[in-house]
Amino acid sequence: MSTYLDISQISIEFPTKTGPFKALDKVDLKIARGEFISLIGHSGCGKSTVLNIVAGLYEATEGAVILESKEVNAPGPDRAVVFQHHSLFPWLTVFENVEIAVKQVFKGKKSKAEMRQWVDYNLALVHMSHASHKLPAEISGGMKQRVGIARALAMEPKVLLMDEPFGALDALTRAHLQDALMEIQSELNNTVILITHDVDEAVLLSDRIVMMTNGPAAKVGEILNIDLPRPRDRLALADNPDYNHYRAAVLTFLHQKQAKKPASPPQLSSAEPLTEVKKAVGA
Amino acid sequence: MFKQNTLHYLSVAGFAWLVPLIKLASWENPREQAQEIVRLIGLPVIAILVFLAIWSTAASRIDTSLGTFPGPTAVVSAAQGLYQEHVVEREKAVAFYERQNKRNEEKLARNPDAEIKIRDYTGKPTYFDQIITSLITVFTGFLIASIIAVPIGITCGLSPLLNTAITPIIQILKPVSPLAWLPLVTMVVSAVYVSDDPLLSKSFINSAITVTLCCMWPTLINTAVGVANIDKDLINVGRVIQLGWFTRVTKIAIPAALPMIFTGLRISLGIGWMVLIAAEMLAQNPGLGKFVWDEFQNGSSESLARIMVAVITIGFVGFILDSFMHTLHKIIAHDEA
Ligand SMILES: Nc1ncnc2c1ncn2[C@@H]1O[C@H](COP(=O)(O)OP(=O)(O)OP(=O)(O)O)[C@@H](O)[C@H]1O
Ligand SMILES: [Mg+2]
Repeated sequence: MSTYLDISQISIEFPTKTGPFKALDKVDLKIARGEFISLIGHSGCGKSTVLNIVAGLYEATEGAVILESKEVNAPGPDRAVVFQHHSLFPWLTVFENVEIAVKQVFKGKKSKAEMRQWVDYNLALVHMSHASHKLPAEISGGMKQRVGIARALAMEPKVLLMDEPFGALDALTRAHLQDALMEIQSELNNTVILITHDVDEAVLLSDRIVMMTNGPAAKVGEILNIDLPRPRDRLALADNPDYNHYRAAVLTFLHQKQAKKPASPPQLSSAEPLTEVKKAVGA
Repeated sequence: MFKQNTLHYLSVAGFAWLVPLIKLASWENPREQAQEIVRLIGLPVIAILVFLAIWSTAASRIDTSLGTFPGPTAVVSAAQGLYQEHVVEREKAVAFYERQNKRNEEKLARNPDAEIKIRDYTGKPTYFDQIITSLITVFTGFLIASIIAVPIGITCGLSPLLNTAITPIIQILKPVSPLAWLPLVTMVVSAVYVSDDPLLSKSFINSAITVTLCCMWPTLINTAVGVANIDKDLINVGRVIQLGWFTRVTKIAIPAALPMIFTGLRISLGIGWMVLIAAEMLAQNPGLGKFVWDEFQNGSSESLARIMVAVITIGFVGFILDSFMHTLHKIIAHDEA
């Protein structure tokens, strides 16, 4: 396997009132082109921190992120992020929310008409063409998340980073979006890092599941290869012994090997609210 | 559809009490509308009547050196008097210009090369002229304040360092009374603004600048807070897309902070209006404040009633200005204010 994205021995310390807080300790992960990776672990272990470092929003204290043999340490559209809370600009329409990214990324490379087409194409990809003139406040949570994904895809990123993109959605909407994501993935074959609390989601979508140990000083605990044939169908998988074996392996890791003392297991289908205040470094 | 839009705009503009009247006119749920009318119009009317009753009984018991304190009826007749003066003054002005035109035409008829003079009518400003002057002054001061305060506020909001640096200055300047600024402003304007044929009178500039100095702070502070508290995720989106500095300010910072900016502007205009009346009074600048002061000095038996008219006018104009800003806020900013 040739390495496309190399997360190389990254550690990070946050300055806090009670001294430095070491959130990650030498997290190391090599990802191939077109691979779909899920990051799973208990709340507060440092999943978002890993993602933010890859995105360039945080700066690692030690180690480096290497993409296509080049070190990256500032944010850029080659590593598009889909945030948990959609993060659409409320004053822009659905179309404009995607357009603002397209205009910036393809400045001088696409004509005005081509840019419009490209925006439309990406909205069609997530089945949101019908709402392109609406404001975010006028569409549902699931639809907003679709637009967030369209905006990220429209940047033609080398790596797509998703931080619990479906965490705030109900189970049914979430299933729809997972299917949509698999469909898009089979077409575009993006390299994806997805953070999730949902074991089923991780097994269904991933090529590999990366399980992180509890913080502080979290590191990669185990990596599980998911050798299920694609396209995957959630109904057919329900009785698939391999599928259930993978599921059990992840659950065992989370609930036995990394069990939290005051038992607060990650749920199977609904995410926990974020409690920590995230501060972007140097924002 | 047209009716729906009209109704929506009325309630946005703060005329919610008109809505049931219009609905009643088109006979839509008449019972419900009648109840709404009692609630939205009936109750305030009762409150006003009670207030007038208290005012008129209290007024008749207060004896001042200028006679008894004016009750509602005295104030109404004073208002009518002011309106009459205005009408008379306007007629005089029209007559003056007619005379002047006639004189000039006759002159030209006798000698086509004659030099003709056109003079402006210089009668004394009427009550309505004073209101207009005050409004122009307050908007000038407010506009200058906004032009200064919004960009500084945005810069402070974007840069925590700058914000920390200038916060103490803002906190100290903010509570300074207009009465303290006025002498300084007057002296500086006299020294700096020298011109033989000034386009704007000095007194106008004095009042406007005093308004600016006092009313820029709420806008500045609110803008800075609004920009500083933009959702971190939105800022991160801007960083990931690598938006340029200018786009980040115009497409993210300003729209995100717009509700706060408008809240600041609304407070600023209110303060500006209060400050203006004080400034006009103290500095003898034309406008409603000077009107009040002149009447006070005048000390005729009518004076107190005329001052009461001014008090009510000031309150009313302040209310209109506030509703105006509120409406603007609702139309432009993206929040549920
Ligand atoms: N800017 C920061 N300053 C200080 N501490 C931070 C900062 N960001 C994260 N942390 C700490 O680092 C640890 C990891 O946080 P992170 O947000 O990465 O967890 P997570 O795995 O994404 O959790 P969740 O599943 O709840 O989203 C937490 O203990 C958190 O308090
Ligand atoms: Mg997180």
